[in-house]
Amino acid sequence: MNFDPRFSGRQFASVGTRPIRPDGVDKVTGRARYGADFNMAGQLVGRILRSPHAHAVIKSIDTSKAEKLAGVKAVITAKDLPDLTDGDAAMYDILDNCMARKKALYDGHAVAAVAAIDARIARQALKLIEVEYEVLPHVTDVDEAAHHHAPLINDQVFTEGLEEKPAKPSNVTKRTQFGHGDVHAGFAKADFIVERSFKTEQTHQGYIEPHACVASVNPDGTADLWVCTQGHFVYRQHCAQLLGMEASKLRVTSSEIGGGFGGKTHVWAEPVALALSRKAGRPVKLVMTRDEVFRASGPTSATSIDVKIGASKDGTITAAEATLRYSCGPYAGSWAEIGAMTAFACYKLENVKTVGYEVLVNRPKTAAYRAPSAPMAAFAVESAVDELAHELGMDAVDFRIKNAAQEGTRASYGPVYGPIGIGPTLEAVKHHPHMKAPLKANQGRGMACGFWFNFGGQTCTDLNIGMDGSVSLAVGTVDVGGSRASLSLVAAEELGIDYSHVKAIVADTSSLGYNDMTDGSRGTFSSSMATISAARNAIKILRERAAQTWDIPVEDVHWEKGHAIAKGEKYGNLSPLSLKEIAAASGKTGGPIAGHSELVADGAGVSFATHICDVEVDPETGSTRVIRYTVVQDAGKAVHPTYVEGQYQGGAAQGIGWALNEEYIYGKDGRLQNAGFLDYRIPVCSDLPMIDTQILEIPNPNHPYGVRGVGETSIVPPLAAIANAVSNAVGVRMTHIPMSPPRILAALDAEREG
Amino acid sequence: MAGVAVSTTINGDAVEYLCQPDETLLEVLRDRLGLTGAKEGCGTGDCGACSVIVDGRLVCSCLVLGAEAEGRKVETIEGMAHGDQLHPLQQKFLEHAALQCGICTPGFLIAAKDLLAKNPSPTEEEIRFGLAGNLCRCTGYDKIVRAVQDAAEVMKGA
Amino acid sequence: MVEVTLWGSLSAVAGGKARHEIEAKDIRELFRKLAEQYPGIEPWIDRGIAVAIDGTIYRDTWSKELPEGAEIFLLPRLAGG
Repeated sequence: MNFDPRFSGRQFASVGTRPIRPDGVDKVTGRARYGADFNMAGQLVGRILRSPHAHAVIKSIDTSKAEKLAGVKAVITAKDLPDLTDGDAAMYDILDNCMARKKALYDGHAVAAVAAIDARIARQALKLIEVEYEVLPHVTDVDEAAHHHAPLINDQVFTEGLEEKPAKPSNVTKRTQFGHGDVHAGFAKADFIVERSFKTEQTHQGYIEPHACVASVNPDGTADLWVCTQGHFVYRQHCAQLLGMEASKLRVTSSEIGGGFGGKTHVWAEPVALALSRKAGRPVKLVMTRDEVFRASGPTSATSIDVKIGASKDGTITAAEATLRYSCGPYAGSWAEIGAMTAFACYKLENVKTVGYEVLVNRPKTAAYRAPSAPMAAFAVESAVDELAHELGMDAVDFRIKNAAQEGTRASYGPVYGPIGIGPTLEAVKHHPHMKAPLKANQGRGMACGFWFNFGGQTCTDLNIGMDGSVSLAVGTVDVGGSRASLSLVAAEELGIDYSHVKAIVADTSSLGYNDMTDGSRGTFSSSMATISAARNAIKILRERAAQTWDIPVEDVHWEKGHAIAKGEKYGNLSPLSLKEIAAASGKTGGPIAGHSELVADGAGVSFATHICDVEVDPETGSTRVIRYTVVQDAGKAVHPTYVEGQYQGGAAQGIGWALNEEYIYGKDGRLQNAGFLDYRIPVCSDLPMIDTQILEIPNPNHPYGVRGVGETSIVPPLAAIANAVSNAVGVRMTHIPMSPPRILAALDAEREG
Repeated sequence: MAGVAVSTTINGDAVEYLCQPDETLLEVLRDRLGLTGAKEGCGTGDCGACSVIVDGRLVCSCLVLGAEAEGRKVETIEGMAHGDQLHPLQQKFLEHAALQCGICTPGFLIAAKDLLAKNPSPTEEEIRFGLAGNLCRCTGYDKIVRAVQDAAEVMKGA
Repeated sequence: MVEVTLWGSLSAVAGGKARHEIEAKDIRELFRKLAEQYPGIEPWIDRGIAVAIDGTIYRDTWSKELPEGAEIFLLPRLAGG
């Protein structure tokens, strides 16, 4: 396949317009089917028993009483999910997270599950399961866990990445390092140095739809799984591996997804539902409660970050250094590593060093959350950058412009940048009217920058042209926020037809080749590339059919604006054939017309954003209101600008919640104390202002239309932008996220007491 | 446990069902009547995804018992459009892209319909407080507020 | 012959050296030769290594050619949200 992904700088007819999404009517009429909206004949209700302890050995589990309860059809424990991971450590961790094997590692860890004829009996059955625990000392704080006196979560863990293998096990699973130059020499040259430590608390992705699935395993070994997921192909691989099934026999259909943000990228309860169904011989529906979602799914890392940045009098950063500790839950992860890579990515630095430490804690397994790990690192770095600008007496924006990375800069994480958008977002912010708007008493303005990589990955797409000339597009990337609309626009663009004639769907795992999940802002980037490729393959066939009809060489047939055109004076009397005409004749010219594409969409463009935020802080209560917010971000190319704006606004709103209020609160007993939306309060409508957006388009050279991916970067700057705004409003540097009223009051008190 | 026999009106249609005394209206709508437009986001009345209108009052159907619907009039998202004619709020939510994942959308539409029934010309602040019982994690609410403002204009002109 | 730079932690398992001269035409050959020279790298390759060629990050295209004189940098293969 000779697909050329390079940016071509074409004029667009469909891309860049704002039509209504193809799945819209279903969603405003209540017809769209999400994870919990699907039922199968004879289905049972599945429920999971969870550990009340943060850290405990599971001495025994007696399920006999539960099994005897009338209406109970299956009870399972880890014994029913034997270890088939064959040395794959990451899959073993997923398996153990789905169902604890020897130890319960956090409050909420699954230890057993039941399937019964209704929810009431299932709940009763859970109460009849007797689990004998030996409670162990636990640790939930990232800094305490990294200490050598901390209770060990896994005595087989020896810190990787040290020069010598350590003699003793530790909760620190890995040390990673990035950077270049010589930071000692750089700091020696600095006239001003800012050095500070920061903390951020653990948050949850907070999707409104709890995890839900319906699993049906047949006696012949085939199975169906209906599930809300960001990647049904990935779920199929995971489930098949964990249950010892052939992947092709497990058909996974992705339901409409009620939010994921990274939290629906790996399996939680799905293997349990399949194991229950296999044992009971009936379909099983398993839906998490909100309490379970908080206690056992998500969340992000909690972090502790030390930053040191030096600059010379002229405002040039001479050295930058950060040490980042990220919690991973009880299983190894690479979260600090990503923080260490992204921390200084916005800047042109001669001397930079970042070191990341992955830390095990007795909290749920950390999952990705929108640009995972980047917001916390950006909070620490952008706070220190702001403070340094103040010390230098420079404007915070000008200081960043002076030090911004540009094309040719060596990124702090290693490679040299191609064309990038950090400079243009900063220039746009500098000239934005928001920056000049007056502020009142107790108000402060802050700004901050953010970076995210964006991913590509394996992608497969089918484009079928019906005999009436309408087009169905089957993609394998789950639509989390309007991608069926943007991909339909791309198909229409490439074929030269109207958007209304294209209908995009998300195909199940048996109908299409493998697709990576919708993560890393890859959905529109990757699937648009595959859609363009599929459309071009279809156009090749359309041209061949036209050539056949006209009886001329195919090389003389061109495709323009939805028509085959015979090029050359000798064909002067041949009028163009429309796609519709060619499709109508397809039965007589060789059969159905389709374009298929399978590719690895690599070369996703990195993206940058700069946010501006005004807050008002009530000095008596410490309560903070965001009164104005502006997002400026590079999209590469906005395929459907309204949904791009939506991604910018949504990321900003999540960042605002994280910055001001959201956090996991654990008691001394290691139990989560706020596992519900009442006590884990995400922003509501009355908490927020309108969120203004400005889309910049600096084309990605590695995509035919210049698309970069837009989903994640918008959550990176808000923590820092709001911290800078609050710090400017109250005159005290805020170093602990969330900046909840008690923390702001404590900071003000500490300042007064000097 | 003996079931409770309930006669009620849902979206204008007479409906009868048997439910358990401790079963919520949300469970009845979703599991017994197949009306899955109302969603369970929390089960504790915090997210508003299960919003319905009972005798003109906006409620979280996860906090109402199925038995309590006896003799009342229940309005759900499934009854919002008239045939193939979308309600102006539904149309404006589509035009403004006031939904991304869409799981909260039925609840928002019901809450917005109730808001506009009581206050046909709400200010932005009134809209924001009127919809503060509904959680959306995708949009940042900006486009939702604009869609409601636009729908209010259309409905006043109608 | 291409010059390849490894990120900090990976250079620890490659003789403590960040820069390596390797005769490789594409990413697949690069990984193979690195693993031959430094067996400690193999588990890292299994876990996932991305290759930045002149600033563009390739995570999966192992057939991607390595042009002479290109800036080649190895990075961890990341997870996203």
